[in-house]
Amino acid sequence: MPPSRTFDTQSAAFAAGLRAAWTSVFAMVMSGTYVGIGALAHDFGLSVWWLALSTVLVWAGPTQVILVSAIGTGASAFEVALAVTLSAMRLLPMVVALLPLLRRPGKGIADLLLPTHFTSVSMWIESLRLLPSMPRERRVAFCNGMSTGFMAVASVSGVVGYYLAAGLPTLLAGALLFLTPVSFLISTARNAHAMIDRLALLLGLIIGPVLVYFQVGLDIMWTGLSAGTIAYAVHRLRGAAA
Amino acid sequence: MTANEISPYLLLVLVGFLPNEIWRALGLVMASGLNEKSEIVMWARAVATAILAGVIAKLILFPSGELTSIPLAVRVFAAMCGFAAFLAVRRSLLAGVAVAEIVLLAGGYLLRV
Repeated sequence: MPPSRTFDTQSAAFAAGLRAAWTSVFAMVMSGTYVGIGALAHDFGLSVWWLALSTVLVWAGPTQVILVSAIGTGASAFEVALAVTLSAMRLLPMVVALLPLLRRPGKGIADLLLPTHFTSVSMWIESLRLLPSMPRERRVAFCNGMSTGFMAVASVSGVVGYYLAAGLPTLLAGALLFLTPVSFLISTARNAHAMIDRLALLLGLIIGPVLVYFQVGLDIMWTGLSAGTIAYAVHRLRGAAA
Repeated sequence: MTANEISPYLLLVLVGFLPNEIWRALGLVMASGLNEKSEIVMWARAVATAILAGVIAKLILFPSGELTSIPLAVRVFAAMCGFAAFLAVRRSLLAGVAVAEIVLLAGGYLLRV
């Protein structure tokens, strides 16, 4: 558990969030990932402004890889939208798990609009790790600061990758795309202190590839629902037995 | 209609932003009134973690882009080495990612990717 922190003002919390983003390993990982996405956008003939705007609007690395590749290979608009929405389903349970940590008494839904849009894997993992030890009234500001920091790193790195694209050797481009799964794997394991989280991770790693191998449709959704529900059920049963 | 017959920016909003953001918006609606100790939030967190695990496994085992040029065995071995390094070096994310990348690059280089 990180030490508990207090901030005098909302801007101090926002600034601390920015610093937390820029000094975290995720900033490096994200930088490498978006250099890879930038190179991909260049190779598929999209403009650099389009890439930057997609980072701000879509704000989900693996989904942007799908979006850029699908558009670049000439898929129909419907096929692209379908591929994107299937990949984005994971955002729903992430938002449901995150927002209760952020909600402040007396504040309406408008207070949560920015954190909702900012929800993506890196931000989610870091928020679940850092927010619980923070006073509730400062969490939204911290979270918005951290997300802004991550988004700035991603946007700039995307542009860098776009202009580096031509000189990027295949092996290095592959290594950049490897950053996302390996950092997600290790950081999810690092956050998984409770048995329910460890079990959900382990079962997801096993069930996911099995469903892909047997070409089950909506494999990611079924992986989440089955592995997540089993983990939750085991957690409940152990609670009842204890 | 193929995707590249529409203005690229309109396309970005229609097939990139909206089909992605809809899930965040639904999450915002469904989270209203829930507190962090509630059972449904626990379950949502387990489902989100499992989905993430599925995405991770898929990106390593069935990748797209330039990562396909690196053999499957190298990708899996590199991820395992990274995980072992994470456990060995005080649960350090940096150590894990660095070791995984070094093993991947070395494996890819030795096999002349």
